[in-house]
Amino acid sequence: MNKLSKLAVMILLLALAVSACAPAATPASPTAPPAAEPTDVPVEAAEPFRVAVVTPSANNDLAFSQSIHDAIVLVQAAMGGPENMQYVISESMFVVDDAGAAIRDYASQGYDLVIAHGSQYGGVLQEIAPDFPDISFAWGTTVDTFGIPNVFAYEARSEEGGYVNGIIAAALTESNVVGVVGPIETGDAKLYVDGFVAGVNAGNADAQVNANWIGSFGDVALASEAAQTHVGAGADVMAGTAQMVVGAIGVAKDNGILWLGTQASQTALAPEIVVVNQIYDWSGIILEIIDLIGQGTLGGQSFEITLENGGLYMEYNPDFDLPADVRALADETVQGIIDGSINVLP
Amino acid sequence: MIESLFTAQVLLGILTSGIRLATPYLYAGIGETFGQRSGVLNLGVEGQMLLGAFAAFYAVRQTGNLWLGLLAAILVGGLMGLAMAFVSVTLRAKQGISGIGFFLFGLGMSDLLFQTLLGTVQTVSGFRPLAIPLLSRIPVLGPVFFNQSFLVYAAYLLVPIANYVMNHTTLGLKIRAVGENPEAADSLGVSVSRVRYFTVTLGGVFSGLAGASLSIALLNVFQQGMTSGLGFIAVALVYFGGWRVWGVLAGSLLFSMVNALQLWVQVLGLPIPSEFAVMMPYVLTIVALVVAVQRVRPPTALTKPFVREG
Repeated sequence: MNKLSKLAVMILLLALAVSACAPAATPASPTAPPAAEPTDVPVEAAEPFRVAVVTPSANNDLAFSQSIHDAIVLVQAAMGGPENMQYVISESMFVVDDAGAAIRDYASQGYDLVIAHGSQYGGVLQEIAPDFPDISFAWGTTVDTFGIPNVFAYEARSEEGGYVNGIIAAALTESNVVGVVGPIETGDAKLYVDGFVAGVNAGNADAQVNANWIGSFGDVALASEAAQTHVGAGADVMAGTAQMVVGAIGVAKDNGILWLGTQASQTALAPEIVVVNQIYDWSGIILEIIDLIGQGTLGGQSFEITLENGGLYMEYNPDFDLPADVRALADETVQGIIDGSINVLP
Repeated sequence: MIESLFTAQVLLGILTSGIRLATPYLYAGIGETFGQRSGVLNLGVEGQMLLGAFAAFYAVRQTGNLWLGLLAAILVGGLMGLAMAFVSVTLRAKQGISGIGFFLFGLGMSDLLFQTLLGTVQTVSGFRPLAIPLLSRIPVLGPVFFNQSFLVYAAYLLVPIANYVMNHTTLGLKIRAVGENPEAADSLGVSVSRVRYFTVTLGGVFSGLAGASLSIALLNVFQQGMTSGLGFIAVALVYFGGWRVWGVLAGSLLFSMVNALQLWVQVLGLPIPSEFAVMMPYVLTIVALVVAVQRVRPPTALTKPFVREG
């Protein structure tokens, strides 16, 4: 292969890398969710508690990064403000090595809790955390602490709200075709899609649910075409997860197709077609982690946000006229998941 | 099961999606072809696209005027192209490295502008599909080809125009001469710098339009990093197309159609893991690229700064 052909292949591989490394962000609520009540947080500490967060995209991206930012701001308020809790954030760290440098830097500066908000940061965290045994780290979304005593893990049981959304989709579809767009078949995105598919199947035996994965968290154009594929296949209700679904929501809006959101309120983008959103609220588990650190436990535990503990909740679009029987069905489903009578992914 | 792929619904769906998906590649790829045929490799296309996408989106958001949005994308893309030309032609910087620099600048600056001026993901009312009278009524194929937005039509119209300019005009001859043998072109009185400034700036304009085609026509949103590698793929498609405008069209359509195909493969539930489906367009393009590059010679002076001797 001559020099230029090698260069050509390298360019394509770079394209692939840029595409795959797009920020793994997922849409978040523009309005702050209710914070969990603080309990034994160290509000009277002489030195302020210091939290550093590293995120793959901007903290105002209506996305995954904003969800943790909103949560930390709520926690800061619950702890009595910046006098008691100092908070810094390194945003848009979609290059994992850069994120690793930031995580190490915050740990070197003696921050009490360093949060690596993105499952892609696991590898670097596994290398860094043992070098700072007195610093507490947290990362998500995952349940894996690597067995390292100063690492907490957190996960969103997104399949729960996915199942509820699936039940709603099954009740609302008239064509009996439902579509769902996913980024990469992993993490909370996979949980959500699996839950959604299970919900549609449980709610309407005649309904067909089609799923497609676009292989990227950031390719808005491909997410849009993935949604067009569902439209072509006859879907009249759609869902999707991760940052790039704004492209799919646009297609749903243009075609008058109902949309079921997750991770954040997507209502503002298309108030006429968004029915409901599953919202992530991390503030409860962040408070719990800070509480544990105050008691001397620096890691080794994993946490989940669920419908039961309030870390996940369904936010209905007030401007969408959801039939009362469908709303009642959705509420029953939420209750069933909370009391254990419904097993989402057996 | 594979037969389900060969229904009219699926084939038309793939065709329609492919035509749309190819639009930004066409703008960016044709612009890059002009630059490379004159001897300048611009790897900053992705950054130019992002800034063009933001400029168009923001102008439309502020004024509601789609044409002002287009103008903003053209101006911003042109400025980025001009800056790239200054660095690569006047300063004779290494083109690959400076291109990556411009990519990172566009990535960061569009992110900063988004956060400062917009704050959150918003939508605009962009170019709507425009049905061409009579043609759009042709059964089956009419809605596929003749019910697209203005920027989609413009991208495909650009192909024969760009091909004509490149191969049948004095300007095109100068561009090709400068890319093949700049010393000879210079000795015949052709200003190598001026031609390269023109092509790289023009490439910037087309990259800006590529971004605008996403933010105010196909998607009608702006999100940080929304091009997600499209600009680099466009550069690769220039190699794929053998530095010919029609080749870029063929590559853009092939890549886009295969991408549309993999989405349908998943929707139809064919027993192919999604990871393999997603890889299909890239694998096919790499294979075709390697084959194509073996038989087509690139412009001789590509990536080589021109220094007048004596």
